[in-house]
Amino acid sequence: MKVDDLAERSIVSASERRRPGTRIGMRVVHVFLFVTLVVAGLGPILWLMKAAITPSQDTITTPFALWPNGVDWANLSTAWNDIHIDQFFFNTIVIALGAWFTQLLVATTAGYALSVLRPRYAPILNGLVLATLFIPGIVLLVPLYLTIVRPPLLEVSLLNNYLAVWLPMAANAFNILLVKRFFDSLPREVFEAAKTDGAGAFRLFWSIVLPMSKPILGVVSVFAIIAAWKDYLWPKLVLPDPAVQPLSVRLPDVASQTELDVFLAALAIATLIPIAMFLLFQSVFLRSAGLGGAVKG
Amino acid sequence: MTMTLPERPAAALPPVPARRRARRTPLTWLRGGGLTNLLFVLPMLFVFFFFSWSPIVQSVIMSLQKTNLIVSEWVGLDNYVTVLTDPELGRAVVNTLYFAVLALLLGFPLPLLMAVLMSEVKRGKGLYSALAYLPVVIPPVVAVLLWKFFYDASPNGVFNTVLGWVGIPPQPWLSSAAQAMPSLVLEATWAAAGGSIIIYLAALLSVPPELYDAAEVDGAGIWRKFWHVTLPQLRGILFIMLILQVIATAQVFLEPFLFTGGGPAGATKTVLLYIYDKAFRNSLGGDYGEATAVSVLLAIVLAVLSWLYFRLTNRWSTS
Repeated sequence: MKVDDLAERSIVSASERRRPGTRIGMRVVHVFLFVTLVVAGLGPILWLMKAAITPSQDTITTPFALWPNGVDWANLSTAWNDIHIDQFFFNTIVIALGAWFTQLLVATTAGYALSVLRPRYAPILNGLVLATLFIPGIVLLVPLYLTIVRPPLLEVSLLNNYLAVWLPMAANAFNILLVKRFFDSLPREVFEAAKTDGAGAFRLFWSIVLPMSKPILGVVSVFAIIAAWKDYLWPKLVLPDPAVQPLSVRLPDVASQTELDVFLAALAIATLIPIAMFLLFQSVFLRSAGLGGAVKG
Repeated sequence: MTMTLPERPAAALPPVPARRRARRTPLTWLRGGGLTNLLFVLPMLFVFFFFSWSPIVQSVIMSLQKTNLIVSEWVGLDNYVTVLTDPELGRAVVNTLYFAVLALLLGFPLPLLMAVLMSEVKRGKGLYSALAYLPVVIPPVVAVLLWKFFYDASPNGVFNTVLGWVGIPPQPWLSSAAQAMPSLVLEATWAAAGGSIIIYLAALLSVPPELYDAAEVDGAGIWRKFWHVTLPQLRGILFIMLILQVIATAQVFLEPFLFTGGGPAGATKTVLLYIYDKAFRNSLGGDYGEATAVSVLLAIVLAVLSWLYFRLTNRWSTS
C-alpha cells in the first residue's frame, strides 16, 4: 500500500494550493525538504563512501575535495583482510541469526501457550512477563552480567559464548506481548475444526497457527535482527575475546591502531550491508518502524 | 492495543466437567494436556527465570550487600547512602538531565516539523521517507565513530570546514566541556529523527480530513488549521513520544561512552556511565553493590515513566 493513496487531504487544501502565494510556499517547502534530507540523510553516507577510497592525508587536510591525489581502492581490501572485517561480519551475522531464532522460538511458544493452550497458570505467567516491561533491561546490567560469569546449574562461565547474547535477548516481554495479541485475534473456529480433525497441540501450532501468523513473525524478526545488529554494551561485556566479537564491538577498539583511511573504509563496509538490506526491504523496515515506535518501550 | 483479553466464544475453552475440576490428580492433568502445555511454556520460563526475573530480584539483594563475588555481607542501606551522597552521582544526574533537556529542545520539534512538511508534499514522499530513515539504518556505533571524525577540532575538520564556508571560526566540539554535550545531542538527534518522522507521518494520516474541511468552513488558514486541528489531534502520540524519549535519554550510554568517555572533565558522564564505571571499569572486580543501588534507583524512576507510557498507549489505542 502506498502512503500517497491513503492521504486524501492534509492541512493545505486543494483550493489553497492553487493560490500563487501558497504555490511559492510549497515550492520552498519542496526545496527545503530535498536539500535538508539529502544533506542530512545521504550526505554523511556519501562522504563516508568517498573517504573510504581516499588516502588518509587527503581526507585530513581537505575533507571535501574529491580525490585530489587519486583514488586508493586498496583501503577496502586492507580493511577486509587486515582488520578482519570478514570475520567480525561473520560473528555479527551469527549473533543476529541466533538472537532471531531464540527470540522467535520463545515468543511463538509462549504466545501459543498463553493465547491458545491457556493452562490454569497462564494469567500468572502473563502478569509476570508483562511486569518485566516496566523494568528497562539496561538496569539489570550488573546482575545479568554476574549470571553470565557464574551461571546457575552450570559450572562453566558463559563468557565468550554466544548463548550469553542470545538467551538474555530472548527474555523479551514485548515480543511475547505482540505475538500473543496476534494469536488472540486468530479465528478460534479454525482451531476447533483442526482439533476435530484430530490435530494435537503440536500439529495445531506448527501447521495452523504459525502459517497464519506470518505478518507478526516478520515484524518480530525485523526487531530481533536489528536489535542484535545494533547492540553494543552487552556483547562488549560478555564477549571480551576479540575473536568472537561482532563488528559493533570491534570497530571502536581498532580505531586507535588503524590508519584513518583503512578505518573509514571499515566503517563504510559496516554501513553498506544494513543500507543494502534497508533498500531491499524498505517497506518492511518502515512499517516496523511505525509499529515499533508506537508500542515499543 | 488493550490489555484485556478479547471476548472469546465459550467453545474455545476446553470443556471441563465441573466434577473433574473439583478433583485434579496428576493423571487428569496429564490427560488434559498438562505436559504439552508445560513444554510450550518451558522456553519462556527458562529464559525469563534466569535472564529476567532472577536478575531483578538479585539486583535488589545486591544493592543491600557488599560483595566481592565470593563472600557477601548485608550492609543495609549503606550502598544507597554512599551513592546518594556521592557528588559524582549528582553530577551524572545533572549531566543526564542536561542531555535530556537538550535532546527534547532539539530532537522533539524537529521530526514533527519535518513530518508535517513531508505530509504536505504530494510527490516524492516515498523518497523523502527513505532519505529521512537512512541515518537510523546506520549501525549506531558506526555513526558515532564517523561523527567523532566529523567533530575534529582542527580547522580542517569536516564540520569546521563547513563552518568555514559561512565564515564561522573553527569550534572545539567534543574537546570543550561546554560544547561536548550539545555535540552528543546533535548526533543523537540526527541518528533518531528518522524513526520519529516515520511515526509522525503515520499519525498525520489518521487525522480525520473532515476536521480540516470544517475548520476551512470556519475560515481557518493554514497556520490555524495546524495549530487548532493537527496539533490537538496528535497530542496523544506527541505525549507518548515525549515519554519514550525521556526513557531513552535517561539511559544514554553509547554516545558519551564512545565520543568522550564521559569527559572532558566529567562534562558528559551520564548516570549509565556512572553505573558502568562502578561495576566494570576496574578489571579486578567492581563495586557491584553500589552499582546496583544506582541501577535500582534508576529502575524505579524509569518504571514509573514506563507505567505512565503503558497507561497512555492503552487509552490512546482504545479510544
